[in-house]
Amino acid sequence: MARHVVIVGNGIAGITAARFVRKLRADRITVVADETDHFYARTALMYLYMGHMRYQDVKPYEDGFWERNGIELLRGVATHIDTAKKRLQVHDGRVLRYDALLLATGSRSNKFGWPGQDLDGVQGLYGIPDLITMERWTRDIDRAVVVGGGLIGIEMTEMLHSRHVPVTFLVREPRYMDYLLPQAESDIIHAEIRRHDIDLRLQTELKAILGAERCEAVTTTESEVIPCQFTGLAVGVHPNTDLARASDIRTGRGIVVDEYFRTSAPDVYAAGDCAEFIRDGIGARRIEQLWYTGRQHGRCVARNICGLPTAYDKGVFFNSAKFFTIEYQTYGDIRPKPPDGVRTIAWKDGRRRKLLRIDYEEESGIVRGFNALGTRLRHDVCEHWILSGATVAQVVREWDRAHFDAEFAPRHRRALARALKQSPVAYA
Amino acid sequence: MRSTPSLQLTAPGASYSLREKGSLTLLGAGLLALLCLLLGAGSTARVWILWLGIGCLAGGSAVLFGGYLQRPAGVDNNGVWFSPARARGMAGWLLGILFTGFYVILYWAPGNLEHLVRGSDGLSYMMRGQAADRWFLYGLFYTLAVLIMGGRMILKYRDSGYQIVRTISVMFFQLGFAFLIPGLLLLLNQPEYYFSYFWPLKYDYIWPSSFSYFSSASGLGVFMLFWGVAGITIITPVLTFFYGKRWYCSWVCGCGGLAETAGDPFRHLSDKSVRAWKVERWMVHSVLVLVVVTTGLLWGNAAAGGALLGSISGRFAVWYGFFIGLIFAGVIGVGFYPIMGSRVWCRFGCPMAAVLGLLQKFFSRFRITTNGGQCISCGNCSTYCEMGIDVRWYAQRGQNIVRASCVGCGMCAAVCPRGVLRLENGSSRRRYNGPVLIQEDRVSVQQDDEWWARRPAMPPAQEDIPVLNEADAQALRLGSLVPK
Repeated sequence: MARHVVIVGNGIAGITAARFVRKLRADRITVVADETDHFYARTALMYLYMGHMRYQDVKPYEDGFWERNGIELLRGVATHIDTAKKRLQVHDGRVLRYDALLLATGSRSNKFGWPGQDLDGVQGLYGIPDLITMERWTRDIDRAVVVGGGLIGIEMTEMLHSRHVPVTFLVREPRYMDYLLPQAESDIIHAEIRRHDIDLRLQTELKAILGAERCEAVTTTESEVIPCQFTGLAVGVHPNTDLARASDIRTGRGIVVDEYFRTSAPDVYAAGDCAEFIRDGIGARRIEQLWYTGRQHGRCVARNICGLPTAYDKGVFFNSAKFFTIEYQTYGDIRPKPPDGVRTIAWKDGRRRKLLRIDYEEESGIVRGFNALGTRLRHDVCEHWILSGATVAQVVREWDRAHFDAEFAPRHRRALARALKQSPVAYA
Repeated sequence: MRSTPSLQLTAPGASYSLREKGSLTLLGAGLLALLCLLLGAGSTARVWILWLGIGCLAGGSAVLFGGYLQRPAGVDNNGVWFSPARARGMAGWLLGILFTGFYVILYWAPGNLEHLVRGSDGLSYMMRGQAADRWFLYGLFYTLAVLIMGGRMILKYRDSGYQIVRTISVMFFQLGFAFLIPGLLLLLNQPEYYFSYFWPLKYDYIWPSSFSYFSSASGLGVFMLFWGVAGITIITPVLTFFYGKRWYCSWVCGCGGLAETAGDPFRHLSDKSVRAWKVERWMVHSVLVLVVVTTGLLWGNAAAGGALLGSISGRFAVWYGFFIGLIFAGVIGVGFYPIMGSRVWCRFGCPMAAVLGLLQKFFSRFRITTNGGQCISCGNCSTYCEMGIDVRWYAQRGQNIVRASCVGCGMCAAVCPRGVLRLENGSSRRRYNGPVLIQEDRVSVQQDDEWWARRPAMPPAQEDIPVLNEADAQALRLGSLVPK
């Protein structure tokens, strides 16, 4: 008899798992999700608001894809798991018997107990419901405040800017993403934010949101009152563990899993944003909340669900983002400040908003990672250099192999070679 | 509960800037001047009215597109789907009717254009030494559209070398090869010839009738015959092998040139469904078969001295010209820009595109490379593909894109927010890669059933892993995300 694989959550982790289970086995597959009928790209939420795309454009598969591939979609809220009888309870009374259950319940936006955080016009940005309220609360307003110096913060800022809403952008840290990026990178991004007439406030925190029913102003830790009719809270997310908690599955900050994505309950797995690795060293962090890691988790957990025990291998880290017009790619291990024994070379063209950085080990010259702003690098080449222990001299010599900008764009090998000659430069 | 949330976002309260008001005034005045001329105004000053109208349209466009310079360079697609003109709103339908109506009048009621044609007499005498006809007027409007909207492209994509060079190329070929040189040839009493078009797009260039006509001309006529044959047998295969279909479709071709310039505001309207792809393959290759059969029939008939088929083959040729050349390429191909996107003809009807597509698919080095695992499935690439290719389908699998229909406009790569796509002419060896994401082969798999039975147990619970925030845990009750 075919097994029944039930997946809770139709985000990138859950859907990738469903697709890979289907590739591997003829099991019955059901995806239970409460947000939308179909999988959509959460990464594209901003483009809906900005008018670049419509909702049907951000669905990566045509609606008929799921039926053709024998993946049943069930819209509903999973409320409880009977882990002993292997049954999943849905809010409308339906009960699904499962042989393997995957929890891919994603994240929820953080709120840190600020006064006024539940007023109308105050919200995070994680899903379609947020987009609908953001649309409602940002019509015909004079100013918006966005709180939080991460990717979602700058995305909300760009979204509002596209609708000609003046934005004040509060960043707690002394510079943008100082927990990830070196100074030079942050500097380029600051200039980019300000070039778009955004009122960027570094080292400024939100103290309270004022208003009777609707957001009318915010106060900052500098005791300034900023009148605004919308406040975007982009201060990170935390794993959505409600279902696991309601079902006696072990949770910490997330749903606790081992490197096979197994939870404390038999045949129950968790993957994506909601999973927390039981110990360090399995993923890049204990909780991985990126699109890419969600996809990698989904693929790996699918193999485990199908009886092909596969330990999660985080591989060479990579990530990307876009800060207004500046694209960002990173490969390997680049820290805001180099650890002992690590050197860096960087080439920067402030006017064109471009930057390239290579970190390498001082002793051996072996490269550890790459940062690129405003220019594109080839993923497989960068990964190959890192895995094969290429030296910085070799990498610079062969730099054209990593070039991925469109034709007629300048290459940067000579500039990097000059930077290497002048090395070591200050980590700035 | 089951309904997907409606995302009919509306544009914020529209208010027009001084620049937009000025531009609209000029554009309106230009259209008015042309309308007056159309209706017969200014019998003695037609030339002035025509150029006043064109000048106003060009000036209004310049004022409007100058707005791009006031915004930072980069992807500038804000509000595209909120725009009534660009998202099949009322303005879009009006534009579609205007374009289509122009073609209908041009083909079937050209008498109505008489005053406009006479207005362009002056330029025609200067260029070609003879009076204008409706095709000269059409060529003039067509070229102006490519030049003006080409200017817009250059401003809009000014941070992309590829887009700038490519746009200058289509402007150059339209102005030089499709407008000035054919006129010059007429001035020199040579056959009118478009060196930038080949059979089977310019289907009659290697028909028997052309052979007798050109060879009876001068030495230049013989060269034209040679060029027409070499165009499809040598130039096309060689260039397509090295650069893909794009060397023609988005760098040289006049139809492509109009689509890439005047059609750019409508590129996202192409149908991306698998169904449309199926229709496309059947339709475009059917047209190719039709033109090959027509050409074969004509030559067969010519070889048999007209005895074989009599006038049937000739009638077939006339019908092909009418349905494919006029209705498909003109009325639907251009008239429906604001409804079906800018490449309807190129995608569903152009036999040249079909030939180039077959070459590109099976005999070319061109591909769009997908950059490892960096795709975020956002959909910008597919949305802005004028040929309706679901680029994302490949990109999110880490697979290179090798598709017959791709014209290599490079827009998928330009709008990608994560640097995932690149047009390349690399070696053929790694052109097709499997649907493999990077690191796929690094997954370590234990296939051993016995091991699985003895697999390590979950370690015992750790004590007191802190909850992020007590208030959170309380606030985030189940169901808070359930759409009402």
